Amino acid sequence: MSESARKEHEMNKLSLFLGCVIPNRYPGIEKSTKLCLEKLDIDCVDLEGASCCPAPGILRSFDKTTWLALSSRNISLTEDLGRDMLTICNGCYGSLADANNELKADEDLKESVNSHLAAVDREFKGTQDIRHITEFLYQEIEPENIRELVTNPLEIRVAVHYGCHLLKPSKGRVGMSVERPSFFDELVEATGAVSVDYPDKMECCGAGGGVRSALSDEALALTEHKLSMIEEAGVDCIVNACPFCHMQLDVGQTDLNERDGTEHSIPVLHYTQLLGLAFGYTVEELGIDLNSTLNKAFFEMIEDRP
Amino acid sequence: MSATNGSTFLSRLDKTGTDILKCMHCGVCTGSCPSGRHTSLNVRNLLRKARKGESVLSDETLWTCTTCYNCQERCPRGIDIVDAIFEIRAIAVQEGIILKEHRTVGKLLVEHGHAVPINAENKAKREALGMDALPPTVHSFPNALSEVKKLLANCKFDELMSNE
Repeated sequence: MSESARKEHEMNKLSLFLGCVIPNRYPGIEKSTKLCLEKLDIDCVDLEGASCCPAPGILRSFDKTTWLALSSRNISLTEDLGRDMLTICNGCYGSLADANNELKADEDLKESVNSHLAAVDREFKGTQDIRHITEFLYQEIEPENIRELVTNPLEIRVAVHYGCHLLKPSKGRVGMSVERPSFFDELVEATGAVSVDYPDKMECCGAGGGVRSALSDEALALTEHKLSMIEEAGVDCIVNACPFCHMQLDVGQTDLNERDGTEHSIPVLHYTQLLGLAFGYTVEELGIDLNSTLNKAFFEMIEDRP
Repeated sequence: MSATNGSTFLSRLDKTGTDILKCMHCGVCTGSCPSGRHTSLNVRNLLRKARKGESVLSDETLWTCTTCYNCQERCPRGIDIVDAIFEIRAIAVQEGIILKEHRTVGKLLVEHGHAVPINAENKAKREALGMDALPPTVHSFPNALSEVKKLLANCKFDELMSNE
């Protein structure tokens, strides 16, 4: 990595926000993230005592005051450390970045939230930024520097799934294109993989907004469509940046197979698991074998690579 | 129900800066809706009914929106459509109209500080990966969990989720 790139990211000390689904359903993603951050020499500590973000679709729907109070408590934890917060889930990023932006821009709202936080001796100050690992790596480390660190280039075809809350709502966000972004594809291609275009690439996985939790058939209808587009494109795996999309696309295949007798078997990887493979870690070390949908041919292909 | 009264309903949406009266019925929202391709959700129609003060609080399609924000990003009138849906949902929940699975998620948050808490299967997975059985979140810090519970009680969220 160039001297200037290294200096740049030394300025960004981070805390790692885990959320719910990663530590409690896909711990392999948590481990992969830590292995990748170490390899990239990024200064990042656990954000101890954090809670649910809380989820941007479902919990924000119930009560906005609660959503803001809990997210601002999580933000106050990273403010205490004097570090920006690194999220590895689109939902956590959506909630925390949007809450942070809204509270920084609105003094009255900030005052109102702080009146709740006072009950637990906390305060939202508005001194730190919320980052998502994909936009952070793209903007602060840059794909070319990642490519230089890759020891085991991946010669595979990937269907990139951006997910919704990484990019939207666009107001207050980092300014990436909502309709046709390319930064995530560039990060995927830095591992040696090819990002394959497919119809409805930007479409939702179906899980968000409380649809997965209460209306699973409706959620699966969206998932099935998304999977059919990806299958037609002929790829080796799906790569996402959100454990909730990850779960919907992974467990969704098992659910569809059980319900309809189909044979969906596309491996689903979080970006940090793909990057971990390119850094030479094994499928087991990265917890890719702990998914619901298991594809032996994919594992063998990864193990057989030079 | 007072909130279904047209003017009260609109004034509440208006307070959030969500001016759904600006709608010109172009249908870009409905045409952009991934849920609407597969379910009976019609976003334009849902907000049209809300604008007319018709009750949409019990409309089952209110909860088939995945909050993907396509409609909001593409609305030529710049209406914050998803924010309006959030507001309508919040009014419904206040009136006790909530799906039982959603109430369960809310209760999990109140009890554990996580909407998706750890379970035995995933403790085992964590240990197999060489990690601590519990993550360094509220799961490992009882004081932090008490803080979250106190905060949720302060927002009366525990009461909101317990209303049967």
